[in-house]
Formats: sequence, C-alpha cells, structure tokens
Amino acid sequence: MTALRQIAFYGKGGIGKSTTCQNTLAALAELGQKILIVGCDPKADSTRLILNSKAQLSVLQMAAEKGSVEDLEPEEIIRVGFKGIRCVESGGPEPGVGCAGRGVITAINFLEENGAYDDMEYIAYDVLGDVVCGGFAMPIRENKAQEIYIVMSGEMMALYACNNISRGILKYATTGSVRLGGLICNSRMTDREIDLSEAMAKKLGTKLIHFVPRDNVVQHAELRRMTVIQYQPDHPQADEYRALAKKIHENSGQGVIPTPVGMDELEEMLMDFGIIKSDEQMIAELEAKEAAAKRVAVHA
Amino acid sequence: MPQSADQIKDHVSLFKEPEYQEMFARKREQFECPHPPERVAEVEEWMKSWDYREKNLSREALTVNPAKACQPLGAVFCAAGFEGMLSFIHGSQGCTAYFRSHLSRHFKEPSSAVSSNMTEDAAVFGGLNNMLDGLQNAHKLYKPKAIAVGTTCMAEVIGDDLQAFIAKAKQQGSVPEDFDVPYAHTPSFIGSHVTGYDNMLEGILKHYWEGAAREPGETLNIVPGFDGFCVGNIRELKRMLGLMGVEATIMCDPSDVYDMPSDGTFTMYSGGTPIEAVKGGINAKATISLQEYCSKKSLTLAESSGQEVAAFNYPLGVAATDEFLMKVSALTGKPVPAQLELERGRLIDAMTDSMAYVHGKTFTVFGDPDFCIGVTRFLLELGAEPVHILSSNGSKAWAKKMKAIVAASPYGKRAQVWPGNDLWHLRSFLHTEPTDLMIGSSYGKYLERDCGVPLIRLSFPIFDRHHHHRFPIFGYQGGLQMLVRILDKVFDGLDAQTNIAGENDMSFDLTR
Repeated sequence: MTALRQIAFYGKGGIGKSTTCQNTLAALAELGQKILIVGCDPKADSTRLILNSKAQLSVLQMAAEKGSVEDLEPEEIIRVGFKGIRCVESGGPEPGVGCAGRGVITAINFLEENGAYDDMEYIAYDVLGDVVCGGFAMPIRENKAQEIYIVMSGEMMALYACNNISRGILKYATTGSVRLGGLICNSRMTDREIDLSEAMAKKLGTKLIHFVPRDNVVQHAELRRMTVIQYQPDHPQADEYRALAKKIHENSGQGVIPTPVGMDELEEMLMDFGIIKSDEQMIAELEAKEAAAKRVAVHA
Repeated sequence: MPQSADQIKDHVSLFKEPEYQEMFARKREQFECPHPPERVAEVEEWMKSWDYREKNLSREALTVNPAKACQPLGAVFCAAGFEGMLSFIHGSQGCTAYFRSHLSRHFKEPSSAVSSNMTEDAAVFGGLNNMLDGLQNAHKLYKPKAIAVGTTCMAEVIGDDLQAFIAKAKQQGSVPEDFDVPYAHTPSFIGSHVTGYDNMLEGILKHYWEGAAREPGETLNIVPGFDGFCVGNIRELKRMLGLMGVEATIMCDPSDVYDMPSDGTFTMYSGGTPIEAVKGGINAKATISLQEYCSKKSLTLAESSGQEVAAFNYPLGVAATDEFLMKVSALTGKPVPAQLELERGRLIDAMTDSMAYVHGKTFTVFGDPDFCIGVTRFLLELGAEPVHILSSNGSKAWAKKMKAIVAASPYGKRAQVWPGNDLWHLRSFLHTEPTDLMIGSSYGKYLERDCGVPLIRLSFPIFDRHHHHRFPIFGYQGGLQMLVRILDKVFDGLDAQTNIAGENDMSFDLTR
C-alpha cells in the first residue's frame, strides 16, 4: 500500500473551489486512486458533483439527531460516488449560530478515530473560504494535509485571500509538516490573469500549478450535478482537469513554506498590473477631470 | 446573638438557634412563594411513584447530577502519576481550580496544576501567547521534570493546536528545546474523566515512545486507570507483583503524590512513574490495563508498537483477581506464589463465614464503567443481588458487557443496567424498586437521605469520609476490604433496627 496522501483545497468563497476540487479528484479517480473527500463547509456542497445528488447528510447533522458523535458509525455518513470516490461532509450549524469551526474539528477527529482513512490513498479536504478560525485550520494541522492548494483567480479579492491563506499555512508550517502545494487559477477572464497569477505565485515562493480556462461546460455539468469528467469525458475541459490532477499527483513532497507578503507589497503588485491605481494616479485622474470640467464652465 | 467569641457554635447547632429559625421562616414566607405543606408533601409522594419514574426516564434535554466528571480532570490525575510531571491546563483558570479542589477534597492532599489563564483576548486571537508565557512561568517557578498539557472547552472550541503551540514555545525559548512537554486534547464536552485519563496517557506514551526503536523485552506495563482508591490499590498491586517476582512498570502511579507524609515541608512532586521507566516501557512484552474503559487508545498505541495487550475491569474478589494474576503469570512465566494462594483461601473463608448476612441482599452500584463491572462481579460471588447498575459515563458497549455478566449468574437475574443515566434517574429507581444497600461515591448521600438506602462509599469522589482510599479495593485484599465495609453497614443496620429496649431488642445480639 502506498502512503496516505492528504491534500486540502482552500480559497476565497465563490472562487470555484468545490467545483475544481471535485473535477480534479474525479480525474484522479480515473487514474485509479482511492479517494476520500472531506467537505469542511457548513453548506455541505463539497460532494454533490461526485454523488450526483443534493447535499448529503453531514456528520454533525447525524450526530445531532443521534445525540452524540460517539453514537455514529462511519458507514452511516460515508457515501460512495463517481468511480468509487468516498464522500463525507462535516456539516455544521446554520448561519449566525454555533461554531462551524468546532464542527470541522469534531468531524475530522471522528473520521480518523473510526478508521475512515484506512485503505485510502488520498484524503482531500475542501475547506470553506478563508482560514477564519482555528477550526478551519484543522486540515493543516499536524499529521493532516501535507500540501495545500489554493484556488484563486486574477481578481483582487481572490489574491488578497490567497495571501491570507498563505499566512495561515506559514503559522503551522514552521512547527509542522504542512506545505503550500501551489496555486490553481480558476480563470475569471480578467486582464493579464496568467501573468498576475504567476507573479502572485512567485511572491509566495510557490508556483502556479495549473491555469484552468473558463468554459461553460463546467456550469452545464454542474447543473446536472456532475463533474465534467463524468458529463463530457471527451471535452477539452475534462483534459484540463486531468492535467491538473496529474500535476498534483506528481507534486507529492514538492510543497514549500510560503512567503506571504505585506499589504503594501501586495497592493504594489496589483498596481503594477493595473488592477488597482496608485494614489498619484488617482489624484492625477481627478485633477484632469476637474480641469476638464472647468474648461467646460469657461466655455459656457 | 446566638454566638460570641466566648461561645462559638458549630454550624450544625448554629442554624438551629431561634434567630436563624425565624429568619428562615421569614424568608420562606416573603420570598419563596411557598406552596402549602400539604401540597409539597403530596408532590413529594408522587415523585416516588412509577408514574414519575416514567416521566423521569423520558427526559431528553436535561441531566441532573450525572455521576461523572470531565476529561481534563482525568488528564490532571494521569499526569500526577509521573515523576516530576506538572499538569498545565490550556484554558481559562476556573476549570483548573475545579480539578485541583475536586482531587484535593477526595485525597485530602494538595493537588498541583497550572492554568494558561485564557481571557477574552485569547478567545479572539487564540491562546498562543498564553501558552508561551505559561510554559515559561511554570517551568521557571515550579521546576518540573516535564509539563503535561491538556485543554478545556474554551481552547477546544476556538481550535487551538497544542502541537503547533508547544513547538512554537520551544522555538521561542519558553522551555528548552529538549524539555518534555507531552500533551493531549481533552475537550470537556466529549466523554468523561476516564476518556481524559486515556487521552493524556496516550499523549505521554506517544511523546516518549515516538521514534524510539523497540527492543522487545520481558517486562510488563500495567495501567491502573483513573481510580479514587489509587493510593491503596497501587500499593497492593505492587505488593502482589513483588510476591510474584514480576518486573513491571506501573504506567501512571499517583499513589505517593496523593498520600504525602507531613514532614514540615511542602513538596510539589512525589513518587510517580520514573520518566526512564516510561521510556523503557516501549520494550515491554505486554501492556495490561486494569480498567478497559480508561485505556482504549493507550492500549491501541501499545499494540501498534508490537506489544501484547490485555484489559481487565477493576479486578477484585476471587475470579477477577485470579484472571489477572493468571494473565500476569502466563505472560511472565512466573507462577502464582503460595502466599497469594493463601490469601485467596482466606478471602474465600471470610466470604463463607459471613455468607448468611450478604446472601440475597439487594444492591445498587453506581460509578465508572470498570468500577461497576468489578464490584458487580464480586457481589455475584457473594451471592448478593445487584438490582440497579448505573454508569453515567458507561457506553452501550459497556451495557452489553455488563448485561452478559449479570445474565451468567443466578444472582444477577433482577439486575437492570443503566448506561448514560444520572443520579436523578437513580432516585426514581430507588423509590420504586428500593435495594438493601448502595455502593457508590459521596454523591449517593442524597439518595441515602431521600430513599433510605444505606450508602457504602467506595469510588470517586469521596468527600465526606476520610482515608478509605488508603486501603485497597483491588485484588483478594480488596475483596476482603469491600466485604468488611459491606458487613459493617449490614450489622449497623441490624443493630439500628433492634435497639429499642423492651420493644424490639430481642434481636439486639452480641454475636452476629
């Protein structure tokens, strides 16, 4: 048996993390890998494309019904989907109440202690949004994910989040074995997106592991609760995910300790790429506008 | 004034003084909106009924007086069993004060532990700084050989990561890089003190065993488990092993730190399993646990290192002690010595001598899962009849095992097993189906008062009687000790029922 490989996908909310994660894992499953997906998001939508169904019952939902996590059996909460991929959702409270972070800790401890990781080759964590609290850092703690992949795009907020997540990884990397595996750009068709992604990767001391082009087939597949790999296996977009899966598979042990940058440096980079404007630029533009308005007034 | 400097009244008599009696009456009338006494009596009577018992049992969202404590208490107890080891609880300070006072009230000894004293800012930003400063202070002030870190609910809910925090503390020089800081996550809201004991023991063994190469040897590791009678029990255990000539490491031995002599100086650490012995424990031939439900994870760890493992359930009395000694004998090849056989014979002799007074007596037993099993097995050997066996921290698996034990004996036919229930449930059971006697902790005294079932205090915690824990309730000697405690209660009861001269004293016998 090969050693268990644990990876995690992080990224700004709405960036396409769950979609990218599931498509990539579907491609990994095609390569014959035995995979368990652990959805770490109270919304519990990390596995629907693999299961071809609505959100599955989550660990915490079941635990709440039964009274305690101790009363659960792994078989009750693990479902098997496309190409034998095993799926589990940690679940969590409704927005505005309770503590979703603790939910992630509870769910992961339960799975580990009850043998859900036995005989697996890949454990993939799909983690909500930013690393907002200690609970959401659970997958990057000791003995858990070896590599983190950050899903991002050329949009400003995605880049901010990318840098923030790297800060979270750095905190744990100096005392543990977690590493940044690389960035995955899920294209939003913004200006100079590849260049910007590569520049961001360079700043963080990592690499842009893959650039996933935008294609509507992803949405079409998603509407049918499928990955592209399953919906249109011959589509070029499916090959993009296969390429990404292959890169991740070959990236084992290649992770780095990230070098997140300060706010100023990040903004400078965004200015260089014309994503945001400098104060001087903005003042110059404002003055030009005012001057133009004056000219109009004089003529009138 | 009812009392003055010249005449100081104890509070037992003080509150009987008219001043206080008047005050209580006034308070009742003015502030307590009391029901008339008849109504109170009526409801009290109803609460003894089967009707109320059914209602009580259908409770879902409320627990009243559970007979269990929380994980970090077990962790503090466990760490106290290792040489020079200081407990460090990562969380807010009130929890640690509770663990210390709970253990002190039982053992009548100081119980040392420190807290990282997390406050609001730590809840928001994480408790890393508390860990850095706390470890540094604890190391400098109390000079421990090792610091065992556990957690409270607060640190667990915000997701503080002990491994990362401790590594950071070492990097930043709070404690030297090679200083031992074993740790365990011990959230209070999962399991009970027996889980916490197991988690901390596993953490300690992991710390000292990880990365070490095992050279299989012939010694044994023995895990006694969380035990309020550890002082007497561990000494008895060592004596039995000594008689057999068996070399064993007691993995977690707080028998000295919870029983220190008064010699005029305060010492924070005393006895405990030597750190070198813990390290050497990886080479043991086998690890034996005396309490299965206190050691699941620890035994799994020992097994994965290549050792044989075996688990018992608080072995005391005849058969359970036999099983334990024979296992030790089988593992070490050392025969059970004549001395222990003699003691076994004496126990059986004592049991037969007193059979008439115990046979057929009905019992209630409550406490930790292993304690309940050990005591019930001994009661069955005595021909006593356990009726209610209740363990608030007992699992369904425990209940299954317990039921099989009582089903195998003609004296266990009436036994009802109650996993996860609390002492308020037990109150209903005792009102509807009373037993002759009850074995449990000090918290049983309210049941004794309300239901009239005499309590024999034999578990943890015992706050209101002193020093019993210095005598063993493990092994053959433990069986004897327990038998005497049961008989004393039986005879005291008999005397109390027959002590009115000229009325019922024809049975006030000198010889029983």
